[in-house]
Amino acid sequence: MATLITESNHPAPDDFYERLIATHRGLSDAESALVNAKLILLLANHIGDAEVLAQAMSAAREGIGGSKVAGAV
Amino acid sequence: MKTYVNPVYPYTRPAELDRPGVRRPVIIVGAGPVGLAAAIDLGQRGVPVLVVDDDHTVSVGSRAICYAKRALEILDRLGCGQQVVDKGIGWNVGKVFFKDELVYGFDLLPEPGHRRPAFVNLQQYWFEQYLVERAQALPNVELRWDNRVVGVSPGPDKVDVTVATGDGHYTIACDWLIAADGSRSAVRRLLGVEWEGQVFHDRFLIADIHMTSDFPTERWFWFDPPFHPNQSTLLHRQADDVWRIDFQLGWDADPEEEKKPERILPRLRAMLGESADFEIEWASVYTFACRRMQHFRHGRVLFAGDAAHVVSPFGARGANSGIQDADNLVWKLDLVLGGRAPEALLDTYDFERTRAADENILNSTRATDFITPKSNVSRMFRDAVLALAKDHPFARKLVNSGRLSVPAVLHDSPLNTRDHDADFASGPGAMMPGAPAADAPVTGPAGEWLLDYVGGGFVLLAFDAAIANRHVAVLAAADIPCRIIEVSGAESAGPTRIDDIKGLAARRYDARPGTVYLLRPDQHVCARWRTFDLAGVRAAIARATCNI
Repeated sequence: MATLITESNHPAPDDFYERLIATHRGLSDAESALVNAKLILLLANHIGDAEVLAQAMSAAREGIGGSKVAGAV
Repeated sequence: MKTYVNPVYPYTRPAELDRPGVRRPVIIVGAGPVGLAAAIDLGQRGVPVLVVDDDHTVSVGSRAICYAKRALEILDRLGCGQQVVDKGIGWNVGKVFFKDELVYGFDLLPEPGHRRPAFVNLQQYWFEQYLVERAQALPNVELRWDNRVVGVSPGPDKVDVTVATGDGHYTIACDWLIAADGSRSAVRRLLGVEWEGQVFHDRFLIADIHMTSDFPTERWFWFDPPFHPNQSTLLHRQADDVWRIDFQLGWDADPEEEKKPERILPRLRAMLGESADFEIEWASVYTFACRRMQHFRHGRVLFAGDAAHVVSPFGARGANSGIQDADNLVWKLDLVLGGRAPEALLDTYDFERTRAADENILNSTRATDFITPKSNVSRMFRDAVLALAKDHPFARKLVNSGRLSVPAVLHDSPLNTRDHDADFASGPGAMMPGAPAADAPVTGPAGEWLLDYVGGGFVLLAFDAAIANRHVAVLAAADIPCRIIEVSGAESAGPTRIDDIKGLAARRYDARPGTVYLLRPDQHVCARWRTFDLAGVRAAIARATCNI
């Protein structure tokens, strides 16, 4: 079973972060939200592994909004 | 409506108003697609059946339109598949648009070598009319129009049904009651049985229009089209140049206002262009839900179709699943009525069809969540999928305008005998125990399709298996008989023999010389072997009928 990588996996972490922020430059909040959604879909397809994706979704949701992720099917 | 006039089926005064009637083996409530399919199936099996309906005609207006291959195959067994196919409009191609661009197309065209197409579109009233005509041709099916069920008293060994007519009430008893009286089932209400599920906060306008057009015969679905911004639209062609259009309206729409021609015409003009020549046949506004009863069997009352479960319309999983309910139920009820199987067999109807309903509800709910996002973020992801779909093939798989009805595979049914031979093909499309029998072109004495030879009773499909005549005779003479169909075997005096002229039957059934498949009366596989074994076949029939 594959496991979500949570140690750093970026060859150049600062470059990645700068690029992520730059991707949103000049966009409204709504436009940024759409870019983020597309980015998630592209990356999720690249990863493809349902188990890894489920772990990432749980980790992202951790501590936010109280309840656990509903209907995890 | 211009293209169809609803028939008026005459009410006749029931004899039970004047003197006590005889107890009936089966009463069916509701002469819709599901009740009629069940009635025809029972009638064909020689079981007398009384059908009561609270109206005196077929479906009014635009309701079910898409009939899937499996439903058509069931109708073939009931003797009205050809009429539906001849009158209906076959289609295979679907297209999905986002704003003004095509983002995704699919082709359901099945591989060649099946009698029936993936889908046929036909207005529900035509469909029901053919079923009524077929039912009327059967001497042991009695249809009573304008007979409304107002009381149901279930007992341990019978059900008393009270029926209201224009001439007064009468009560009649039956061994078994089939409730096929639709989503607002009177029987369900009278028994006080709840059902659970999810109501979707959205409204859709149905417009049936009569239009001569060279528009392609394809399913077109638009998300956020220029002619209907922020909402979705679905277009289907039906028989007689009638086109069905579903406009998503949103929850705040006023259903009474939206039905008015002055509201509908501008929507249609925007979609079809100012020059399009059409007339409105029918318009209504609907909401929908996905829910089901916890159990479809309540003692001697058996629920089927929309009375038992409802889904949102995207995917054509309503009528198609209801017809599969009838197909699953009737052979079991026939065996129980005949004393050849215990009542526990009817619990397997509940087991198999509640699972099928769950699969339909899951698929319909997912499609509805895509079409009608329930939150801003859900909408955001939906639009992101659509935006990606044009250039990125992976996203097309996420576009969900309805996952179209496919037959239920009864994987974990207790009626299945598990494979003993490990080398059989498995996975989607394989003829595993629980799968509906695949069709194939053949030649033989009773038709040019494999499915002509299976169904009704148990059938052993024997691929060049040279089953001894004495075994054929033993199986044919059993309490629950089993016919043997030899596929491409040597000539013999015993079983019916068919030729697998294109080798497709052997390929689809992963068959080698000697392979045998046991098929249930509803054409589902329940066991398979690499070599024939009489004891094994008898045990599998016993298992498939709860006789062990």
